[in-house]
Amino acid sequence: MEERPFSDISYDQFLNEEKLMGSRCKKCGSQFIPPRSICVQCFSTDMEWVQMNGEGKLAAFTCITVAPPFMVAQGYDRKHPYISGVVELDEGGRVDARIEGVDAKNPESIKLGMRMKAKFLHRKDTDIPETYLAFEPL
Amino acid sequence: MKKRRKLGRGVAVVGAGMSKFGMFRDKDSKDLFAEAFGEMLASVDKGVDPEDIDALYLGNFSNDFFIHQSHWGPLISDLTGLAPKPATRTEGACASSALAFREGVFAIASGFYDMVLVGGVEEMSKRTTEEVAEGLALATVPYEGRVGFTFPGVFGAVATAYFQKYGASREHLMNVTIKSHNNAPLNPKAQFPMTIRDIMNSKKASLLKKGQPDPEWKDEKDFLRDPRANPVVAWPMHLFDCCPISDGASCMLLVAEDMAKSFTDDPLYVVGIGQGSGRGLHASADMTYFEATRYAAQEAYGMSGLEPKDIQFSEVHDCFSIAEVVHVEDLGFFKSGEGYKAIAEGATRLDGPKPINTSGGLKCKGHPVGATGVSQLFEVWTQLRGKAGKRQVPIKDLRIGAAHNLGGTGGTCTFTILERR
Repeated sequence: MEERPFSDISYDQFLNEEKLMGSRCKKCGSQFIPPRSICVQCFSTDMEWVQMNGEGKLAAFTCITVAPPFMVAQGYDRKHPYISGVVELDEGGRVDARIEGVDAKNPESIKLGMRMKAKFLHRKDTDIPETYLAFEPL
Repeated sequence: MKKRRKLGRGVAVVGAGMSKFGMFRDKDSKDLFAEAFGEMLASVDKGVDPEDIDALYLGNFSNDFFIHQSHWGPLISDLTGLAPKPATRTEGACASSALAFREGVFAIASGFYDMVLVGGVEEMSKRTTEEVAEGLALATVPYEGRVGFTFPGVFGAVATAYFQKYGASREHLMNVTIKSHNNAPLNPKAQFPMTIRDIMNSKKASLLKKGQPDPEWKDEKDFLRDPRANPVVAWPMHLFDCCPISDGASCMLLVAEDMAKSFTDDPLYVVGIGQGSGRGLHASADMTYFEATRYAAQEAYGMSGLEPKDIQFSEVHDCFSIAEVVHVEDLGFFKSGEGYKAIAEGATRLDGPKPINTSGGLKCKGHPVGATGVSQLFEVWTQLRGKAGKRQVPIKDLRIGAAHNLGGTGGTCTFTILERR
């Protein structure tokens, strides 16, 4: 199917296309997301693409008020916090993502284990297409 | 650990120095390193001729970003009069100078050099808080930085996972903060030499002076719970969970073990030295521990033949309060999930059975990232030689101390054990 290299660049291109893609080792079956070109279980480089269904559960998160400049440029600051988190996918593996659809000002209301589904945030302030992986409650 | 590693020949520490840590408008990296270097030379009991130093290993994370100046090895080699002798910069994020120490040890152990200067420097305070957050985030795993994770953010996420798995809470993290702040006033080099109670009382006095209502904080924890006093940075990390932005430098003089007694009757010996790599939150086996720390600890324990119970006190990388909780478990001082309970019971206090961060830790001593690793070993040096004054660990026959340093979001971790014989 897909002929793209198993790289971060391909991972990002797939995000632009609203696909969450990982790689699977054809030799031992280990699955990786983000994709790896080298299997860290058996060191094979014979990989294939796998598309994730984009559902999983919240495994860790933080509500950030002291934001780096690129997030400040997107309107986030001490009064407008945002959430970064880690989601454990149904297929196994974890991804770092922005977390939306929950109240960043009320972290106590956000529970680990919450069911989440992927959402693709396309940046509007850049010339080159760039997409953030995000998740929101299912 | 398949192999028990050992050095080709023994290495000893015979001198150490560090600058005061803080935010200095009127001092730059060279000034700070000169301060540390001067103190190191003065600390060599029988004296040393700097001409005999063979090489410099210098840790610096990102002065490139912080002050737009890279290539610090030769600059410091020139500053200290070592040039044209070789200078090698090591970069391992916040563990940069622990790597310099390690490389210096290996250079002597190999037989190539007999005397090596190791150290670190970082100058961070000339940037805004947001810019420093961005600079430090250069050392996150790219997938983390891309989705907005800052350093406090990554450790905040670790805290949520730890809380969930072991039933700990913010209240437990406050014990770490209060303990470190109790040690800091006893350390003349600390950036924040104040207890939480001192800070609370001074804030209260300032509010009352301005005619504002009495905040009525009952105790330290009540103060830390108040978002006006302790605002959120990256929930659940609040201001007092986070180390400050700092400038500073540190250095040590290493020599081959068989030469040590010509410089001092009281050298310290490098008995364990370990280093590991991590791979980011998403790929770690479990987000409630740091595999790089565990690997480094195994290597250092294996080399020394020592066990966690033999380490009488330790500096532990507490960039954020949760990091100290997780690491005292990873280093084997307490069982997984038991660290926060032991801390609550006072086990890690200066007068406890396992004093941790007697210097005040990164939280209070300061964290000029490239200088931190060797500054932790400076504290071990000071304690083992009985020169820690009011913060001296009150254990009889103090012989074995250690320092754990972490870089990035757990990408580089080291554990170093020193012994006084």
